[in-house]
Amino acid sequence: MKTDAPPGIAGWPPPVLDPAGPFAGPIQTVAWVLFIMAAVVMVVVAVALGIALFGPRKWKRRVGGERLIWIAGLVFPVVVLTGLLVYGLTTTARVADAPKPGEMRVRVTGEMWWWRVAYLDGQGREVVQDANEVHIPAGQPVVFELESADVIHSFWVPRLGGKTDMIPGRRNFMRLQADAPGTYGGQCAEYCGGPHALMGLVVVAHAPDDYAAWLARQSRPAAVVPSAQGPLALIEQGRNVFAASGCAACHTIRGTEANGLAGPDLTHVGSRQTLGAGILPNNQGTMAGWISDSQSLKPGNRMPSYAVLSGQDVRAVAAYLESLK
Amino acid sequence: MGFRTAGEAMGRRATACALALALCACVDKSDLPRPVVQADAAAGLAVIKEVGCAACHRIPGVAWPEGRSGSNLAGFGARPLIAGRLPNQPDTLIRWLIDAPSMDPGTAMPPMPLTQDQARDVAAYLYTLDED
Repeated sequence: MKTDAPPGIAGWPPPVLDPAGPFAGPIQTVAWVLFIMAAVVMVVVAVALGIALFGPRKWKRRVGGERLIWIAGLVFPVVVLTGLLVYGLTTTARVADAPKPGEMRVRVTGEMWWWRVAYLDGQGREVVQDANEVHIPAGQPVVFELESADVIHSFWVPRLGGKTDMIPGRRNFMRLQADAPGTYGGQCAEYCGGPHALMGLVVVAHAPDDYAAWLARQSRPAAVVPSAQGPLALIEQGRNVFAASGCAACHTIRGTEANGLAGPDLTHVGSRQTLGAGILPNNQGTMAGWISDSQSLKPGNRMPSYAVLSGQDVRAVAAYLESLK
Repeated sequence: MGFRTAGEAMGRRATACALALALCACVDKSDLPRPVVQADAAAGLAVIKEVGCAACHRIPGVAWPEGRSGSNLAGFGARPLIAGRLPNQPDTLIRWLIDAPSMDPGTAMPPMPLTQDQARDVAAYLYTLDED
């Protein structure tokens, strides 16, 4: 059995019973209440069954008869299940209200098999596009507007909140809040086709000032940052290979002629923590592996493996993309 | 065959010795584990997972992913060459792990974000892979 978690990713695998914000706490309470109620009912039923099978005659008589069926078989479940339904719905309703003026809004669109991310202004217009990573300020609620571009996905960042389905043609709202800065792993929680299990994401919570700085950086068009590992000549070569190989048919890099919309925005891809939608650490090595043969890493994903590129060309494109900080 | 001088005899003995030594060296080297001094193979495996080497290489000990862009590293410790080009010796391997393009500009393997110590640990782990 394959048990290795995606390597090198902070916050992965996300613990599901370790809430880190005020919208995850009540969900955890709901989970425990349901679990405990179910456990109690199961024990009572098992004991009654044991008595009915092996108990003394006097006890057997007490668990028989029509009256017990009416009470324990009909009235009890109706009352308890109705109560739990109301409790569950009121808990989640508070999380799922439409955005109020002044609340921060992020639109996340589920795609097969990645996440399109857009930061919205007060009027709901998209200000900055990104992918597979959501940055939020810590200590305040953020409204997520959840949509789908194709099939049903489910947005789930266990430490920050419950699951909310992304349904084609609908916009579902969900509030998340991280009490402290940190990295929180997420995962698509509704089977959406082949690589569903490899559709992860990362939520990064910043101190408010750091968040403002991050957003300002993210709003700018692409800027190449050369390094010892990615010298300018190699970056130039990578940029040319990127243009010549048709990558721009699917990917946007703001500030260049690349303006494809089918795949993730790559304007600042070098600053992301992960590749392939939350599944690989992000460095030139994993980038080269992804470009060269993404089908071996995430079989069925919509990016073809680029077996037409030479080793040096693959490396150059990886250096170019990693330089986009 | 006449008499041999002492010098001649000694010369021959020396040659024989040298030959024997060279032979020994040949034979021994193929069997020798390649030691990486003060490196920790287990830590190397952790680094391999953290950096994501398996995005390109199949590596025994890493269940997922199983990249195909680079060579399968099963049995790497018993192989004579790195990437089919360079002698598979510790110092060469450590340098290769950190900055492969400086040794082979045509390679697809980029410089990896490893410290010298991390690269030594990774090399130590790779040399434990002696079975295909």
